[in-house]
Amino acid sequence: MHQNYGFRLFKVDHNSRHAAPRRRGRRAPVSWDQGLSGRVGVRQPVLRKKRRRRRRRRRRMEVVVFVFSLLDCCALIFLSVYFIITLSDLECDYINARSCCSKLNKWVIPELIGHAIVTVLMLISLHWFIFLLNLPVATWNIYRFIMVPSGNMGVFDPTEIHNRGQLKSHMKEAMIKLGFHLLCFFMYLYSMILALIND
Amino acid sequence: MSQPGIPASGGVPTSLQAQNGAASASGSPYTNGPVQNALMSSQVSVSQGYNSQLSGSYPHPIPAKTLNPVSEQPNYGDSQTVSPLSNYQGPGRTINRPPVASNPVTGSLHSGPVPRMPLPTSQNPAATPMPSGSFLRGANIPPPLNWQYNYPSTGSQTNHCPRASSQPTRSGNTNLTSHQYVSSGDPSLQNNFIKSGITSNTNNGSMVVHNSYDEIEGGGFLATPQLTNKNPTMSRSVGYSYPSLPPGYQNTAPPSTAGMPPSSLNYPSGPQAFTQAPFGASHLTASMSGLSLHQEGLRVVNLLQERNMLPSTPLQPPVPNLHEDIQKLNCNPELFRCTLTSIPQTQALLNKAKLPLGLLLHPFKDLVQLPVVTSSTIVRCRSCRTYINPFVSFLDQRRWKCNLCYRVNDVPEEFMYNPLTRVYGEPHRRPEVQNATIEFMAPSEYMLRPPQPPVYLFVFDVSHNAVETGYLNSVCQSLLDNLDLLPGNTRTKIGFITFDSTIHFYSLQEGLSQPQMLIVSDIEDVFIPMPENLLVNLNESKELVQDLLKTLPQMFTKTLETQSALGPALQAAFKLMSPTGGRMTVFQTQLPTLGVGALKPREEPNQRSSAKEIHLTPSTDFYKKLALDCSGQQVAVDLFLLSGQYSDLASLGCISRYSAGSVYYYPSYHHQHNPVQVQKLQKELQRYLTRKIGFEAVMRIRCTKGLSIHTFHGNFFVRSTDLLSLPNVNPDAGYAVQMSVEESLTDTQLVSFQSALLYTSSKGERRIRVHTLCLPVVSTLNEVFLGADVQAISGLLANMAVDRSVTASLSDARDALVNAVIDSLSAYRSSVLSNQQPGLMVPFSLRLFPLFVLALLKQKSFQTGTNARLDERIFAMCQVKNQPLVYLMLTTHPSLYRVDNLSDEGALNINDRTIPQPPLLQLSVEKLSRDGAFLMDAGSVLMLWVGKNCGQNFLSQVLGVQNYALIPQTMTDLPELDTPESARTIAFISWLRDQRPFFPILYVIRDESPMKANFLQNMVEDRTESALSYYEFLLHIQQQVNK
Repeated sequence: MHQNYGFRLFKVDHNSRHAAPRRRGRRAPVSWDQGLSGRVGVRQPVLRKKRRRRRRRRRRMEVVVFVFSLLDCCALIFLSVYFIITLSDLECDYINARSCCSKLNKWVIPELIGHAIVTVLMLISLHWFIFLLNLPVATWNIYRFIMVPSGNMGVFDPTEIHNRGQLKSHMKEAMIKLGFHLLCFFMYLYSMILALIND
Repeated sequence: MSQPGIPASGGVPTSLQAQNGAASASGSPYTNGPVQNALMSSQVSVSQGYNSQLSGSYPHPIPAKTLNPVSEQPNYGDSQTVSPLSNYQGPGRTINRPPVASNPVTGSLHSGPVPRMPLPTSQNPAATPMPSGSFLRGANIPPPLNWQYNYPSTGSQTNHCPRASSQPTRSGNTNLTSHQYVSSGDPSLQNNFIKSGITSNTNNGSMVVHNSYDEIEGGGFLATPQLTNKNPTMSRSVGYSYPSLPPGYQNTAPPSTAGMPPSSLNYPSGPQAFTQAPFGASHLTASMSGLSLHQEGLRVVNLLQERNMLPSTPLQPPVPNLHEDIQKLNCNPELFRCTLTSIPQTQALLNKAKLPLGLLLHPFKDLVQLPVVTSSTIVRCRSCRTYINPFVSFLDQRRWKCNLCYRVNDVPEEFMYNPLTRVYGEPHRRPEVQNATIEFMAPSEYMLRPPQPPVYLFVFDVSHNAVETGYLNSVCQSLLDNLDLLPGNTRTKIGFITFDSTIHFYSLQEGLSQPQMLIVSDIEDVFIPMPENLLVNLNESKELVQDLLKTLPQMFTKTLETQSALGPALQAAFKLMSPTGGRMTVFQTQLPTLGVGALKPREEPNQRSSAKEIHLTPSTDFYKKLALDCSGQQVAVDLFLLSGQYSDLASLGCISRYSAGSVYYYPSYHHQHNPVQVQKLQKELQRYLTRKIGFEAVMRIRCTKGLSIHTFHGNFFVRSTDLLSLPNVNPDAGYAVQMSVEESLTDTQLVSFQSALLYTSSKGERRIRVHTLCLPVVSTLNEVFLGADVQAISGLLANMAVDRSVTASLSDARDALVNAVIDSLSAYRSSVLSNQQPGLMVPFSLRLFPLFVLALLKQKSFQTGTNARLDERIFAMCQVKNQPLVYLMLTTHPSLYRVDNLSDEGALNINDRTIPQPPLLQLSVEKLSRDGAFLMDAGSVLMLWVGKNCGQNFLSQVLGVQNYALIPQTMTDLPELDTPESARTIAFISWLRDQRPFFPILYVIRDESPMKANFLQNMVEDRTESALSYYEFLLHIQQQVNK
């Protein structure tokens, strides 16, 4: 099983951390390596060293990326749980709409940023699959934020939240996000462990 | 069926105690009329099955035909004196309550000069407190007295608060008039009823009639002859009879609803009166149709063939298909109304019907009579906190079952004793269980803080623009005139703030020789210059206040300041009021330009007519936030916008909308150029200042388990799922909610809705006004359609459409309105109608649905293609949200009468005044003729259009002018001439006015008048450049439905 979801799906990159170990065990492919060594035989060890160093750096980067994503994802999970708790408090009348919405609106932007960072990070580190997985959610977050009418007090508007089943849809949204983040969490965890092992 | 009047005259004397009493009193002619009674009893005998069943069960539909045999049986004459209730006694475990000693009461009633309501007595609040304990029911108190005071009279004993009666009367002459109205209303009704009885040839009926007729006559009422004429042509009768009812039942139903006042509520004020009144006649027809033509309600109408569906008398709400005992106790539809009087069992069924399910409330309506209960414990369900109400069931003497959550509760010890009858062990006869509308004096548990004093703060715009309009003069004058009439007590506080680019406070400290003005020019960080003495006790500083009001208009005449710092002024006012809460009245004449909350003009005049790209949403959240702050501190903001230019009401209106205030808009107000607006402002201000007010209020709407409220409409802030925060509540505000069926209601046959409004009265008492409505549950689509209340549906749709136009767009909202008609009618066509006939087939209950929706599309809020100003459109939308249903319907579909040939035929007779009842006309120019004069009643305005060739007679006898050309350009009063025509017209117009709490201005319009456009705009059945005519609209719908 490959931990690198996006990568293999699109192209085989020999620089990837999977390809590297395998190649090493197999001995370098004949035609390519030979040709290369034939031409610049002297520089071979230097090149390999460099490559190895680069690989190692990349692997270390990978670990860092996933550790960061994991932490970020934890934060997002907590945030979703917080959203759910606050919304259900509102549902049960433990708090009033105003304080509920001001509490939640405070966290809309952090959530948006937190998620956007992971998404961008995945793009930069060329994890296409994870990036594409995150993209719709991130887009939705941004869209929701941008589309708030000028007169409203934020994504959660205390005067609207009880109307037209908004509370329910917010709740549903928070639930879906929680599920999504949980999924991501395990994905990052797995990727991180693999990256650590490979290191 | 708004016939609150009935109980007033009949049921009331029996006083609250005898709710059933009222029922039994139906033996007396004044309540339900003998005929019905007979029928009722007959019905009982016919369908016994259901007597024995309890609350839940209601009768199976009985084919219409059975009715006649029943009514024709000769024996019923006797039964009239038998109270129908007695029939039910046996099984009555649950809702049926044994008839108590109500009979004596009725006796007394009979003997008394009942029908004549002594206005003066009832009006006089001073009469309220009756000697405690001296009150014997019905025995010695003349009916009129009881009428008003029965509650209080028992009061001292039971702690019932006498003030109840006094309170409603505060609103002055409105009440008075309504009173009259009520009293007069029902007698006529009975008359009608009787008449119908005669015509329908029921033997016993006629006997009965005689009896009661005499009595009625004795009471000084005139029978209305007009009805007889109508009888033969019953096929066209307007009756709203509910087809699936057993025959006898049906008959009684309309009156009883009307009579629902068993709760002894009289609804004095406008709207309902409006619907109600003319109906004496319609009632008749209704009951008649019930008598012989059950089919009417069941009938399927082909709208393309029968064009003339508009009844000639105002439309009445349908009567829920409930057991008559329950229905009698039910809440008056003017206060509490549901779009579907038969609640569908499941959400699937509701979705199938494609009709919106919702409630329309007018909870704080002025009531002439309202039972008030003071007791140490207010009995409520322990789990859902529902107040005990007439629809709970008593399992035994000690336990009652909540009708909302079905929990079984104990009856507390105090509740066992009935203070009215002074009998122990009759909890089911307590007033709480006998009245669907009741007010409790709340004990201290219902207070978070001591009740606040009434606090009124006035904030005036005094910039150059404002001074130019000259509004300060009329407002200050109105205030001066009404200073003593402001609702309040010795604790009343008042304060004033004016603002232009700075904020001016006025110190009115007692002992100052003249008011002291304090100017705060720092609008970035507003502060209160001196915390005390800005809001002062009205009684102590009255002279200073009067001084200030006299000088205020002159103080700023030379101002050159054109900027307006509304935002900071509101912040300052909020800071000033936040310790107490209260009412803030803001006058604004232009777009705020300075400080926080400054707005920019957004209207593009060229795009006024297109439905796209108009700014219906607020441009800033400042006003909303401030409104929520205000709401938290129990401050309500009422906005008076008097502006010639665009003022962004969409943004400004938020300040009132979320703080439960109200918005008034006077476009192009100017003291010289626009006298009409000046007059309007004065009249509305008069009403505004003197009407009843409730402070620091909250309202909760509960409904039976399985139903849930998902959307709220109106001016308030929804603080938690079902709790509406209303810093102020006023009697002119209506609310609406939308509901869904969450769980299937299959195991229940009745559902109930309860709204409880907790408020502090201007006298500093904490009170709870509770309304409970009970409706049947049905399982078939056909029944759902039969029970549809077309006015309520249209009202709710209008509210939903306003929301839609704000969140989506105006054209979306318009489409949604049209689709609502198409969807429901095609649902009806595909699921209910068995044979697919050509044409546009609609159930009888929805026969006016397309018309009302078309009227909505042409209403100012939703119309396209005209040059409606953005502010006017938004104001119309605010009105849709905030008005009670009756006025909303009047503004969308005004009533049109021909008044140049008024006659006494069919007239009402109220207090020796004859009030002609011209038939309603359709809103089409084809109904107008050049040789007539037509009165259009659009709720807040009356327009009298005089045709060019109008009879000389009318011109001289009514308008007091020699010829047409001499009619003044702006004429807003009819001269009181000493001619019968003038008397009739004036009587009719003043009767229309008396029915509403405010004062609609009458405009006399001739051909060249500028108002003529307004008049013609209301002709909703006609085609305009951008809108379909009624017939075209029907064709369009038919096309869509038959697809």
